[in-house]
This record gives sequence, structure tokens and C-alpha cells, in this order.
Amino acid sequence: MKLSLGPIQYFWERERVLDFYASVAEAPVDIVYLGETVCSKRRALRLTDWLDISGGLAAAGKEPVLSTLTLIEAESEISHMRTIVENGHYDIEANDMAAISMMENVAPFVIGPHVNVYNSRTLDILARLGARRWVMPVELDRETLAALQSSRPANLETEVFVYGRLPLSFSARCFTARAHKLPKDECGFCCANYPEGMSLKTREGQSFLNLNGIQVQSGETYNLVNEIGELQALGVDVLRLSPQPQGMFEIIDVFRRVMDGQMESSVASGMLAPYQTAGTCDGYWRGAPGMQRLQTSYEALTE
Amino acid sequence: MLPTGKMELVCPAGSMPALKAAVDNGADAVYLGFRDGTNARNFPGLNFDLDEARRAVSYAHQHGARVFLAINTYPRPAQWQKWCRAVDQAATLGIDALILADPGLMDYTARTYPDLRLHLSVQGSATSHEAIDFYVRHFGVRRVVLPRVLSLTQVQNIMRRASAEVEVFGFGSLCVMVEGRCALSSYVTGESPNSNGVCSPAKHVKWEESADGRRSRLKGVLIDVYAPDEPAGYPTLCKGRFEVGGNIYYAMEEPTSLNVLAILPELYRAGVAAIKVEGRQRSPAYVAQVTRTLREAIDACVADPETFSPEVRWVSVLDKVAEGRSHTLGAYSRPWQ
Repeated sequence: MKLSLGPIQYFWERERVLDFYASVAEAPVDIVYLGETVCSKRRALRLTDWLDISGGLAAAGKEPVLSTLTLIEAESEISHMRTIVENGHYDIEANDMAAISMMENVAPFVIGPHVNVYNSRTLDILARLGARRWVMPVELDRETLAALQSSRPANLETEVFVYGRLPLSFSARCFTARAHKLPKDECGFCCANYPEGMSLKTREGQSFLNLNGIQVQSGETYNLVNEIGELQALGVDVLRLSPQPQGMFEIIDVFRRVMDGQMESSVASGMLAPYQTAGTCDGYWRGAPGMQRLQTSYEALTE
Repeated sequence: MLPTGKMELVCPAGSMPALKAAVDNGADAVYLGFRDGTNARNFPGLNFDLDEARRAVSYAHQHGARVFLAINTYPRPAQWQKWCRAVDQAATLGIDALILADPGLMDYTARTYPDLRLHLSVQGSATSHEAIDFYVRHFGVRRVVLPRVLSLTQVQNIMRRASAEVEVFGFGSLCVMVEGRCALSSYVTGESPNSNGVCSPAKHVKWEESADGRRSRLKGVLIDVYAPDEPAGYPTLCKGRFEVGGNIYYAMEEPTSLNVLAILPELYRAGVAAIKVEGRQRSPAYVAQVTRTLREAIDACVADPETFSPEVRWVSVLDKVAEGRSHTLGAYSRPWQ
């Protein structure tokens, strides 16, 4: 089983991104998804920068994949996507049907988690058009995955989002700008001040969601570290971790060690706990509400 | 796509009385769904079984209205056969179009019933001409319903290149998220528009009276608190008041309705084929009022787009039945974004 790092969902400043990927080159991940998937206004890095980063990661033995924007609204975004798609070097993760439309029968591509693949027939169609890997949509559960795996097209890899704040929805509206009473067109890139998004709490103080520009994430961190054995048994090829500012390299190490059979998942849960500031959830995997945590907690096991 | 001298009014039919209200008040087409999870308004007491759907088609056709049937949720493998049977049944009804979202189901339909006209549901999340092309090329989709996230300029740009007819939402509850790409409801309740055809379902809603007012909860999560004299709205989870950065406000969206009367001529001139009204879950009285008002407005717009302006009484009728009793142009207007 391979380990991947999803695209950075937040707006990090340029130096931070470059430093981050310099460290990723040394980290035990196999696949690295790169690029801006949330907001087309975030341009701290240009395509040439992303290609440079990809080159460095490829030289370090990683598989770089360029991820495309999830919500396409403007013609300029289509043109920019076309330049990414036609980069000539690296594979593409398509996060919208527009990207798949550009990729089909041109080059192999990865179906991102924001393309709605819910059944085998959809998977078959996209595999015929050139998909070589698909990332399961986050709201799907293990039973659905098992069924999809049993009839999976040949040579199609399966990737599952196993760690990080879940990307739950996208809007035309920027919620970070709204929190600052700014119009989106004059947002001042205020999301750059929130490298981990803005916490949205209920009026009872429950950490509920996380605002990241036009994206809404789960407040809690999705964590399937306890399910790695089951994911392996289901024939999942790649596990995806979603970048966060705190503890990312410790998180990568923990997952790597569990995958390599060098660490018990119960120990891993404890080691991950400091990096999950609003707690964890695993409901989606078990066919339950996403925010629920059904796996017996590490704390409960050790009490 | 250029103006065809026509802009269809497509109205919701959550029941036979609502369908009759739409048809009798001037809808060019009605849309409906079966009474199960195959469509995105899977609410208790709504929708049609096969016999009712047959009667609905017959009534609409006798009165000159077209019928679209929505099978616009995403079936998982365990549901696949049931969704295909829904398509098979729909194909026997003599409907004028089938509204689908799932690519697999579109493929099944296009291959099994090549003569059945396909519309891409708003749940299909197509927001660009390139995405529209994909559905046209592979499944022969004839019309696409755009998500409620595009500005007027963006809609106009799509219209210049779109390879299918375009239908846009004109009135009704506003979805602030990209349709087909929102899992907020399943995050809280386990049921989502994509999987179950519901958002923030009523069976998970609880109301509580407390010292500080009336509280609404969705599966335990506090969505809003209303002062004693404040009207309480349905706790759709993106339309509650939450705390962000120390402030309590409608962090995602206020309870309000979309209303495009102000930009009807622009939509018409751009070549938009149809204006859709949201609200299969609403009463026949709502459907009648909204249909009658939009019928008048669209007729006036098509007759003379240059001098069209929304009449005060139209706006006031629509505001009365609007969520939050107020309206917005939503994403059509840049400042909203």
C-alpha cells in the first residue's frame, strides 16, 4: 500500500509551501498531489513553481500529481486548467468533469475526491476514458467501497482519504471573507491569516465546522488509522493524508509505520491525538453520520 | 445559444394538487419524482408512485404542459438495480425528459432508451461549458441545469459556448453550496442530497424551549437560537447562526430566497432556455402563486425585454412565500459572493 499527501487545502504563503515540500521530499510518502484546488484567486505559486516542486519531488523518488480546481466558474479558470492539463510532464488529478473532459483519451488521470463516483458503472466509464486511479468521495462507506472494489476495472488504483479535515462542501461565496465582512472581490487574501482555516462553533461552543475560503471542512479530523488493516484487506492501493500546519511529518511517520506493520494502531491513535485539535471522527467509513466517532477511543482503551 | 423567443417556466410538483396548481397557472413544464430516494426531494408524504405519475403525465399533457422526471441522486452498488428500475419505469410514462445526475445512470439510460431526452440535474455540478460538453458528448444530454453559484456574467459566458440548452433557478430556497458537492447534511445526519435526496431532514430536527429562546437542533447539533419574538426558520444547517472569530452570525447564509426577476431580460437575451422554480416540498398554494407570478413576468419579459422591469406586486407576492420572507439575487450578483 502506498501513502499519499493530498493537495494543501489552505492558503499558505509561498515560502511556507516551498519549505513544506522540501521536507516532503525527505518524508516517507509515495505520491504527492500539488496545486490549488480551492480558490482560483490564490496565486502565491504559479504553474512554473508547481512544476519546479514536482521536479524536486520526482528526483526524490516521489510521484507528483497536479491537482485541478474543484469549482470552475470563469473562462479564465478553464484556460488555466488547460495549461495545467497540458503541462507535458506530470499526471493530473481531475476534481471536476471539465478536467476529465480535457483529459479523456489524452493521458492517464486520477479522479479526485470531488468527482461523484458512487457506483461501478461510473467507475467503468471513467476508467475507459483514461482514469488510472480514483479517490473515493469522502461520504462513502466501507460497504460501498467493498462492492466497488469487487468489480473494479483492471489497472485502476483505489485511493482513500484517511486523515485530515474533510472537504465537505464548496460555494461561490467565500466564508473567510464573509467572516471579515469583506466582499469576495476585495478579500485581501484574508484566508492567508488562517493556515488551518477558521473554526466555526455552535452557540454551545461545540467545534463543528472549519471555514477555508469557499470550502467548508469538518471541524473534527477524520482519522482511519485504526482501519488500515481493513483498507489493506479491501485491496485499497493508496491512503491519503491531507496536509495541515501542525505535526504533518509526525503524522506521515505514524501512518507509514502502521502500514509497514511497525506500530500498533492503538499506539498510533495516541501519537496522533496532539495534532487533532478538535477531536476525531470516522462516521462516514462506518456508514454513520460523518462527524461521529465510532471506533473505541484510544483513551477508553487505555483507561 | 440565442434567444428563441421563448423562455420556459419549469415548476415543482411534489404532489398531484401541486402539479395541477402549476399546470393551471401557466407552467410550461413541471418536474416531479418517484416516492423514494431516487430523487433529491425525498421528503415524507411527497412525490408520486407509478400510477400517480401516470395520471400526472396525463393531466399535464392534456393541458399542454411538459413533464420532467427527476432521478437525480447517486446510487451506490447496493441501490443500482432499484435506480435502473426507476429509469425503466420512467421510460414507460411518456415523460418529456428525465433529469439525471449520476454518470453511470446516464450511461445506462442513454444506451437502453436512446430516444429518451436527458437533462443534467443541478446535482451534476456542471458549472462550465467544458463540463457540459462532457455530458453532451457521452450521454447526449440536451439540457443542463446550472448550480446556483454562478454570477450573471459567468452564466452569459457559458451561454456563448454551451452545447446544450441551459436551465437556471429563478425562484425558491437558495442553496449556498455547489449542488452535488455538499456533504454537510451527511456529516451531521448521515443523509445527504447525493445519497438520500435530502438535506437536514426533518426527522433529525428537534425544537427546544429554553430561557434564552427557542432552540433548533439537527441530530443534536445546535443550529440556531431564536429570541421569543423572533420568527424561527427551518434549521437547514448552512442557514443557522454560528460563532466564528468571536462573532455570532449567519456564517454561511441567511434564510432567504433566490429571486431573479431583476435580471430576467439578461437571462433571456443570453439564451437561457428555462427558468426553474424550486420547491417540490412546498404547498400547492405556493406553487400556484409563484407559477402565476413568474408566468406574468416571463411573458412580459419575452414580449419586450428592453422595457421590462419587475412589478412591485410580483415582488411582494413572491416575498410573502419566500424563505425568510426576503429575497436575493444570490450568486448572480457579485456583491453577494
